[in-house]
Amino acid sequence: MIVEKLVRGVDERLDTTSFIRRNLRKVFPDHWSFMLGEVALYAFVLLVLTGIFLTFFFVASHETVVYDGPYEPLRGQEVSAAYDSVMRISLEVRAGLVMRQTHHWAALIFMAATIVHMLRVFFTGAFRAPRELSWMLGVLLFFTGIGAGFTGYSLPDDLLSGTGLRIIYSAVVGIPFVGPWAAFLFFGGEFPAPELLSRIYILHVLLIPLAILGLLGGHLSLVWLQTHTQFRAPGRTERTVTGTPVWPRFALKAVGLAFVTWAVSALLGGIAQINPVWLYGPFVPYSAPSPAQPDFYVGWLEGLLRLWPAWEFTLLGVTVSSAFLPGAVVPGVITGILLLWPFLESWATGDREWHHFAQRPREAPVRTAIGAGGLTVFTILMLSGSNDVLAHFLHVEVDGLNSVLRWSLLFLPAVVAIVTYRICRDLRDRDARPIQRPARSRVRRTTTGGYEADHEELGTTGGGP
Amino acid sequence: MNRPERPVAIALVASIVAALGLFVVYAAGGQPQLEGILLFISLGGLGVALMLWARGLMTSITDETQERHAPASPGDVDSATAAVEEGVEEIRRRRFLSRLLLAAAGALGLAALFPVRSLGGSPGDALATTAWSPGDRLVTVDGDPLTIDALELESFTTVFPEDAVGSSDAQAVLIRVDPSLLELTDEQLAATAQGYIAYSKLCTHAGCPLGLYLAATHELRCPCHQSTFAVLQGAEPVYGPAARALPQLPIEIGEDGYLRATGDFTGPAGPSYWNMPT
Repeated sequence: MIVEKLVRGVDERLDTTSFIRRNLRKVFPDHWSFMLGEVALYAFVLLVLTGIFLTFFFVASHETVVYDGPYEPLRGQEVSAAYDSVMRISLEVRAGLVMRQTHHWAALIFMAATIVHMLRVFFTGAFRAPRELSWMLGVLLFFTGIGAGFTGYSLPDDLLSGTGLRIIYSAVVGIPFVGPWAAFLFFGGEFPAPELLSRIYILHVLLIPLAILGLLGGHLSLVWLQTHTQFRAPGRTERTVTGTPVWPRFALKAVGLAFVTWAVSALLGGIAQINPVWLYGPFVPYSAPSPAQPDFYVGWLEGLLRLWPAWEFTLLGVTVSSAFLPGAVVPGVITGILLLWPFLESWATGDREWHHFAQRPREAPVRTAIGAGGLTVFTILMLSGSNDVLAHFLHVEVDGLNSVLRWSLLFLPAVVAIVTYRICRDLRDRDARPIQRPARSRVRRTTTGGYEADHEELGTTGGGP
Repeated sequence: MNRPERPVAIALVASIVAALGLFVVYAAGGQPQLEGILLFISLGGLGVALMLWARGLMTSITDETQERHAPASPGDVDSATAAVEEGVEEIRRRRFLSRLLLAAAGALGLAALFPVRSLGGSPGDALATTAWSPGDRLVTVDGDPLTIDALELESFTTVFPEDAVGSSDAQAVLIRVDPSLLELTDEQLAATAQGYIAYSKLCTHAGCPLGLYLAATHELRCPCHQSTFAVLQGAEPVYGPAARALPQLPIEIGEDGYLRATGDFTGPAGPSYWNMPT
């Protein structure tokens, strides 16, 4: 009764009698790899929920207070109000630690799912026309996600987060012509300015989430309006889409996946300690933790800074700082390539057609090779971002490890790309020409000492169908 | 309850039990690990139940095929373009007014930028200078002034000007070495005092405080990106991404026996920037 009224009300007001029916019947193709983006979405929902809980306790202030909580080693020490409030959330607020750690783990899951989802879309060519805009919004989501994560782990005002901020500040200061001004406007003055924490806070809890929400809205609307890609199968065509209707089956599955995502985040939040700020201690400007590690999705940027040679030069009276190229230019170029990839590819291949079938990676060997090479770069840089930890773990000197990483960065991506290309090409060729059963023949020695062979027709005698 | 329903029911019951368990744990004062595990079971039970339900109990629902939307026809595109262009033309027809409109929008846009200026002051020479001035005593982070016998040979400490303890850009490392080991220019040597030598503690790469002193090789190393500076050779960078030597803090031993600065650092402390004095 109430359902009927609601449905009729909505349908009538939207000037169509079948709005709800049409959308509830909309079909979505089913494939495990299509769920990766969903996981990121559900992680974002959890981030909003746990994040709201945390805002009720967090204090975004540099003001000095004396810690008097239950953590003995810090008692009596002067800390910032922000750090003090995070300590309170962790050790005094009931369920606070689970909420905080779940929030952090959900952020890692969000970024990991985003990255794997991007890879899936890339390697299956699902970004091709008409879905270029979806891809671009997705790339922007990846970078806003990095921003959200970075501002998030900068908030507790512990020693590690302060170090991360200082590195960003230094990269900004080094931008030619505008650097010092930009850094002072954004950071509120020379590092560390008293306004910094409240600015990062409002970025983290309002501006960046709004941006993510906007991008996500656009991204999802496009998927809905343009329909999902699907893999080739008998009976499927470029003009149709085959799958499960949204209501009820797809919806139930999706909600189920959401709960499972949240369950895993909560489990990690409960049993896997993350960002133990009480061990790092409060931020002081004259100390840095060692080893200092960012979260994994910032690792490639940190790796660039660590591996880049000591290049600093003066060009026409302008000093180009050693952190400028690896800290701003290279990440900017990578962002540009990622954003414009659909257009770069269609320009290079001359393919301007619409494609609704997702490809298998082997169907586009060059793209797959470039993607594999790019992934190698990302992985090496991410490892380089933890070179000190890695060196300790492998019992080698950081200096030697760095040389290995540098040479790998120069050559390994090309090797991986070439190998990938060849594998893809061979697999594609094998698909085009299925393996044939070898023809059997019987060789017989003739009475005159020669040989003659009887060829048997394929599949006519024994052995095969 | 038939067979396919059973796993769904089990998952839902597990979810309910775990949720009740959460209630108990919370009432008893909370325990992070237990909370995590119980949340996992209650959320996961529900999730698994829904997924199993969709997979196994909706056998009557089969896949359907629907049409995708086709690209717009050239005629549709033309008429849409025409609609936009007609609107633009309608505005541009009043040439003078439309230009004035653009100018107004531009002026307002510029005016709206001014509040941005309030976000931070002018850098001025803030990046090039620090709180050190001639005669400042070198003090530790606790504010204790240092005298001639403050440090053992081959040891180091972090120092500040006495009126700016904890300052980010004025922080310096003070190291005591055997003076005969120093390989410095006359100018640099004059800025040391009886084997005491002081440098900015901020790495010239990305501004991290140099936390590690490797006494064996007389090197300062940055924990962030492993830039390494040779203390005996004027803190020239010898390894890692930093390209500029650490600025030196000129010091002397005052008549009262206290270590004092004779001026500010010899260059900008911390990361380089485009118009820094060289």
